[in-house]
Amino acid sequence: MSALNVVGKFWQEYTKSTPKKLKIIDAYLLYVFLTGVIQFEYCCLVGTFPFNSFLSGFISCISCFVLGVCLRLQVNPQNKSQFYGISPERGFADFIFAHIILHIVVMNFIG
Amino acid sequence: MIPNKASAPYTKKVLFPDKKPPSKQMKSSTLTNAAGLSSLITFTILLLAWISGFASRLFAVIRFESIIHEFDPWFNYRATAYMVQHGFYNFLNWFDERAWYPLGRIVGGTVYPGLMITSGTIHYILHSLNIPIHIRDICVFLAPIFSGLTAISTYLLTKELWSAGAGLFAACFIAIVPGYISRSVAGSYDNEGIAIFALQFTYYLWVKSVKTGSIFWASMTALSYFYMVSAWGGYVFIINLIPFHVFALLVMNRYSNRLFTSYTTFYILGLLLSMQIPFVGFQPIRTSEHMAAGGVFGLLIFVAALRYLRTVLTKSEMKYFGGVVAVTAAILLLILIALTYTGVVAPWSGRFYSLWDTGYAKIHIPIIASVSEHQPTTWFSFFFDLQILVTTFPVGLWYCIKHINDERVFVILYAISAVYFAGVMVRLMLTLTPVVCMLAGVAFSGLLELYLKEEDRENGDREGDGSEEESEEERERSPGRALYDKAGKLRRMKHERPKGSGDGLGANLRNGVVIGILMLLMMFTVHCTWVTSNAYSSPSIVLASYSNDGGKSILDDFREAYYWLAQNTPNDARVMSWWDYGYQIAGMANRTTLVDNNTWNNSHIALVGKAMSSNESAAYEIMTSLDVDYVLVIFGGMIGYSGDDVNKFLWMVRIAEGEHPHDIRESDYFTERGEFRVDSEGSPTLLNSLMYKLSYYRFGEVKIDYRSPSGYDRTRNAEIGNKNFQLTYLEEAYTTEHWLVRIYRVKKPDEFNRPRIPISERTITRRTNSYISKKTARRKKGFIKGRPTVVKGQKPQRRTKN
Repeated sequence: MSALNVVGKFWQEYTKSTPKKLKIIDAYLLYVFLTGVIQFEYCCLVGTFPFNSFLSGFISCISCFVLGVCLRLQVNPQNKSQFYGISPERGFADFIFAHIILHIVVMNFIG
Repeated sequence: MIPNKASAPYTKKVLFPDKKPPSKQMKSSTLTNAAGLSSLITFTILLLAWISGFASRLFAVIRFESIIHEFDPWFNYRATAYMVQHGFYNFLNWFDERAWYPLGRIVGGTVYPGLMITSGTIHYILHSLNIPIHIRDICVFLAPIFSGLTAISTYLLTKELWSAGAGLFAACFIAIVPGYISRSVAGSYDNEGIAIFALQFTYYLWVKSVKTGSIFWASMTALSYFYMVSAWGGYVFIINLIPFHVFALLVMNRYSNRLFTSYTTFYILGLLLSMQIPFVGFQPIRTSEHMAAGGVFGLLIFVAALRYLRTVLTKSEMKYFGGVVAVTAAILLLILIALTYTGVVAPWSGRFYSLWDTGYAKIHIPIIASVSEHQPTTWFSFFFDLQILVTTFPVGLWYCIKHINDERVFVILYAISAVYFAGVMVRLMLTLTPVVCMLAGVAFSGLLELYLKEEDRENGDREGDGSEEESEEERERSPGRALYDKAGKLRRMKHERPKGSGDGLGANLRNGVVIGILMLLMMFTVHCTWVTSNAYSSPSIVLASYSNDGGKSILDDFREAYYWLAQNTPNDARVMSWWDYGYQIAGMANRTTLVDNNTWNNSHIALVGKAMSSNESAAYEIMTSLDVDYVLVIFGGMIGYSGDDVNKFLWMVRIAEGEHPHDIRESDYFTERGEFRVDSEGSPTLLNSLMYKLSYYRFGEVKIDYRSPSGYDRTRNAEIGNKNFQLTYLEEAYTTEHWLVRIYRVKKPDEFNRPRIPISERTITRRTNSYISKKTARRKKGFIKGRPTVVKGQKPQRRTKN
C-alpha cells in the first residue's frame, strides 16, 4: 500500500522533472531491457544450445542497456560538473563508437 | 611555435651520432619557447629510453647470433612461421600432429595468438613495402622493440597518476630494469614481451577513462584489454585488478558517475571481446577467476540505481528499497555459491589456486612446482632484478597514499597485489616490475623536486650548471636519465613557484643529496647493464664457456643434435625426451615429440617420466606402446652443465609417482640416508633406471683428465656407480661433441635377443606369395643388414626416356 504510494510518487516526480531527451533515452532503455528479458526467458524455456548465439544476443542487450545508461548520465544536465569536457554531442559520438565495436564483435560471435 | 617545431626534427637527427649537440641546442631554444621545449625534451627522453632499452637487449645477438632463445619461444616461432606460410585461418585451424604423439594438439585453440599475429602483421606490412625481412628476425627483435612501447605507455600512465617528470623517470627505469629485460631480450620471443606493453597500456587507458568518464576511453581500454587477452594468460590480473579498484573506490565512498560509465563500458565490451579468443572461449562467464569482475559490475549497477532513486525520493521512502537491496545482494551471492558447487561455474584452477595457498602446487601438481620460475621469490632476486628501485618504491607508494585520489588508489592496489604475487612466484616478478618503476619514478621525482626547488630561487642558473657537471659521467652511461634531470630542472624553473617553506635546507646539504641521488641512479644503470649482460643474455640453445685464459668457446651441441635428427631420421620418427625439450625438437629438428612444454596432459608426461625412471625392460614396454623411435637425453656430466636430465630426474620420478604410485616410488631413488647420489653408493633403482643408463652409457670408459678416475661426472662431482653396462633394447645413435645431447635408437623387436620361446609355442608367419620371379629387380628374398643400397646413376633414367 505504501510501496504503491512510493512508486506513484516516483512516477510523478519523473514525469515532471525529467527533460524530454532523457525520456527518449529511457524509452530506449526500457525497450532494450524488455528484449533482454525476453531472450533470457527464451533461453530458460528452450535451452541455451547455440551458447555463443545466446550469449552474444544477451550480452549485446546488456551492453546496449549499459551504454544507454552511460549516455544518459553524460547527457543529463545535472551531471555536467562530473563529466568535465564531455558535451552531449561528444557523449553521443562516443556512444556510437562503442556501439560500432560492440556490433562488430557481436556479429563475429553470433556465428 | 613555428621555429620550435622546425627545430624538433633537426635535433632528433643530430641526436643519434652524438649526444653533445642537442644539449647545446636545447639551451638556445630554452630562451624561445617553453611549452615546445618541454615537449621536445619529453620526446627526446622517450626516444633515448627506447634506444637504450633496445640496445641493452642486444647482448645475446651480438655475442651469439640472431637466434630464438630457450624453450617456449621456439614454439611461438614455429607457430608464427606456420602462420606466415599458411595464412591466418589455417593457423587457427591448425592441428599439429607432431606434438603429443598419439594425441596431437589443436594449436589454434590452445594458444594465445596475439604474439603470432603481431609479428605476422609486421611481417606483412614490411613485405608489402618491399622490405624482404625474414620472419625469424622479426621474432628475435620483437620484444626489444616492444620494450620501447612499454616505456612510452609507462610514461603515459605515470603522467596520469602523478606528473610528467615522474613519468619520464619511470620510462627510463622500465627501459633498462633487469626484471623486465629478463623476459624481453632479443630472441626471447615470448608472450610476456608484448604482454607487458599491453598491460601498461590497458592500465593507462583505464586510468584515463576513470579520470574523464568518457565512453570512448573506456572502449579503448576494452580494445587494449582484448589485445592483452590475445597475448598472455596474465590478462586475469587485469580483469581482477580493475574490479578490485572499483570495489575499493566504492568502499571508500568515492563512487562517481565517471566510475560507472568507465567500468560498465569496459567490463561489458571486454567480456565480449575476451570471448573471441578461442583459447579463452566461455571461461569469462564460467570460471571463478572472472567472477569478481561480474560481481562488481552488478554491484556498481546496483549502487548507481540506488543513487538515482535517492535523487528522486526522500530518505524515508528509500528505506523500502534498502531492505530490497540487501535481500537481493544476499540472494545473488547464494546463487553464485550454489553455481560453483554444482559445477556450472568452475572453481579456481590449480594454477591460480597455488597463488593463494603457496604449498598447494608442491603437494598436488608437481608439474607446476617442477618449473623453476614457479618457485617462491627470494630476497636476493628482488634486489637482483630491481636494485635501488625496490628500496625506493615504498617512498613513492607513501607519496601516493598521502595525496590520494581515484587514480592513485589504483596504483596502490596494483603495487600491493603485485608485491604479493611476485613474492609467490619468481615468474610474476614481471608484473611487479612496471609498478615498481612507476612508484620509484614518483619517489625520485618527489625527492628531486624537494631538493632542487629552492636552488632555483636562490641561485638558479649557476646551481643548474653545477649539478650538470656532476651528472656528466652519468649522462655518458645513460643519456635518458641525464637528460631527464635537466628536464626536471628546466620544468621546475618554469612552472613551479617556490613556496615559502620557511626552514631552508643548506646549500651543501641539498647538493649532497642531489649528488647522492645521482650516484644511486648511476649505480643502478651500471647494475642493470651488468645483470643484463651476465644473467639474462644467454640463449641457452648455444652455450658459451670461458677457458682459463679468458678465451670464449661456443658449445653448439643442442643444434648439432637437432640437425642430426633432422638429417638422419625418417620424417615421421617419434622422439621421446623430457618435456623441456619438446618445443626445441619440434622447432629445430621438425620431428614428432611425445610431450612438450605445453604440459596440458599430465598423465602423458607422467608416462614419459615413468619410462625414464623404470628399468630398461619396463621402459621398453612403455616405449613400444608409444611407438618411440628415438630417445633424447641431455647429459651435462662431461662439461659440467648443471641443467641436465639427471638433475631434473627427481621431478620425473615425482610426476610419474603422481600417476603411477604402484610402480614408481620416489623413496626408491634415494639412498638409505636420503641422499640422491649417482656414485656407487646410490640406490640400485636409480643406477638401473633408463635415464641413468642413457646418460652414462659408455661414460665409464671416459677419462676427462689425469687426476680424476674414469667416469667422473663433473656436474655432480662423483665417480659414477654403474660403469660397464650394455644396453639391450636401445642403441646409441648419436652423441654430440661435448656429450651434451645423447640420442638413442629404440630397437625393433627383431633386433635384440628375445627371451627364448619353446618351438611348440612359436608362430611362424610365411609370406603368402613365396615365389619370386627372377626377372624382377629384387631377386633375393633375404637381405643383408646394413648393406648399402646401390643408387644407380643415369642409366635407369635414360631407359625411361627411351
